[in-house]
Amino acid sequence: MRSWRTPVGVLLTAVMLFPVYWMVNVSLTPLSDMRKAPSLIPVHPTTEGYERVLREQVPYLGTSLLVALGTVVLTLALAAPAAYSLAKLRPAGRRALGFVLLVAQMIPGIIMALGFYGIYVKLGVTNTVWGLVLADSTIAVPFAVLILTSFMASVPDEVLQAARIDGAGPWRSFVSIVLPASRNGVVTAALFSFLWAWSDFLFAATLDSGGRLQPLTLGIYRYIGNNNQEWNSIMATAVVASVPATVLIVVAQRYVAAGVTSGAVKD
Amino acid sequence: MRARLAGWAFLVPLVAYLLVCYAYPLFTNVDLSIRGYTVRSFVHGGAPLVGFANYAVVFGDPTFRTALLNTVLFTLVSLFFQYTIGLAAALFFARGFRLSATLRALFLVPWLLPLIVSASTWAWLLNSESGLVNAALKVVGLGPVNWLTSPEWSLVSVTIANIWIGIPFNLVVLYSGLQNIPREVYEASSLDGASGWQTFWHVTFPLLRPVSAITLLLGLVYTLKVFDVIWIMTKGGPSGSSTTLATWSYELGFGNMLPRFGPSAAVGNVLILIAVIAGLLYIRVQRRQELA
Repeated sequence: MRSWRTPVGVLLTAVMLFPVYWMVNVSLTPLSDMRKAPSLIPVHPTTEGYERVLREQVPYLGTSLLVALGTVVLTLALAAPAAYSLAKLRPAGRRALGFVLLVAQMIPGIIMALGFYGIYVKLGVTNTVWGLVLADSTIAVPFAVLILTSFMASVPDEVLQAARIDGAGPWRSFVSIVLPASRNGVVTAALFSFLWAWSDFLFAATLDSGGRLQPLTLGIYRYIGNNNQEWNSIMATAVVASVPATVLIVVAQRYVAAGVTSGAVKD
Repeated sequence: MRARLAGWAFLVPLVAYLLVCYAYPLFTNVDLSIRGYTVRSFVHGGAPLVGFANYAVVFGDPTFRTALLNTVLFTLVSLFFQYTIGLAAALFFARGFRLSATLRALFLVPWLLPLIVSASTWAWLLNSESGLVNAALKVVGLGPVNWLTSPEWSLVSVTIANIWIGIPFNLVVLYSGLQNIPREVYEASSLDGASGWQTFWHVTFPLLRPVSAITLLLGLVYTLKVFDVIWIMTKGGPSGSSTTLATWSYELGFGNMLPRFGPSAAVGNVLILIAVIAGLLYIRVQRRQELA
């Protein structure tokens, strides 16, 4: 039976995504049309906005990529062993640590940014890429530990016991059993830490605004801040900045949904 | 014994990290808030202890009342609409129909976009002279509204953008909550002759209460933190009309040529207090549900 819900659903989704469409539309509009009444479709499509992005924003793009990948590596390196310990080795004090991680997720970014700024100024390490990576990782690490712990907890204890009888130490069990078995959790944690670092504006603005290498969010912010009316370039940059999120939706939607609901709903 | 040692060994990096990257910045923030920092002493040290003077400055500033009120309004209005629209969408998608999984995935896009992207897109949509919203209003004969540049509308505008960003999160979480309600419950309800509306009010909504509570509390924690959206769209202006505690803290510390780190940190610490209270509430509710 054909449902009325499909056409209504398509319509609702179109309304919801209209601002995204508008961003693409404006990115293709020539500057000469920008002051006229807005047109629903790009009548005279132009690539001038994108050409400007290619000319001016490539270094920012490279930095964003570097920062996001660095954050993924750091986050996984810290979170995976800790999650293994919490889920399988179960040392005393793990409940307290879990509590600390939950609270850590709730600290507003502006407070972390000011704290990091105070420390970085004292140490003279503002405007460095690794400094930004370290700060960005704080958005992702508590989440990554919690989600990896719940994935690793579902690895059966019997398997680990059998490995121990065969002489495998905790490290061997971690690397060759638990980590491969919780591949989905690792992917989810990696996806979100990439996305959050890629999207970060607050840490970039406070810790890296004078840096030689700056991320794309600052590139967009400078375009807006120059108070120019070249909104096709601004929106073209925004489109480019949206690519990772769009790719994730297309190729990894089940991981994304798993990440959103983890912690909020227990299956 | 060996197992216990190993357990701790695997945790050492994380604990060290939490001390360096959470405890130390938080401590720095408290330290900033109780000292009289100038730009010079910020770099070279030696700022005098001033106790609660920065807090007195903040509480005495008329902006504090505005920022607190705006934070409350922004948060409550955002939560209300994000939740109701998200729930309506979740109920709509719960039936499952052709394309439903794809459309549901597309609904997530606003939530995954970098905030600076969403915020600047909305800023252009709401632009006074060239924005689409005013152009549409003109078609139906309504005058242009200065969405971002008038004190009456700026808070409304940033709230609208924030609602749009938050709907997907509510949709996904409430949808998965709906999926966990056993099908037999609905069957029993329809056998008893309940209408769709009655089923919703007397069956679905009460059964969804735990998930709703968690969704709203997580939303509360997230919304209190919102900074990017407001800063990029209005910078908290005009004249403080869309300032929240988060944007005010940033403005004091980084928004001017002459930073005031002490008051900035003090505002941040007030915000953290509110956020942690909300957070503890969340943890309490979650623990209770785990026991149930």
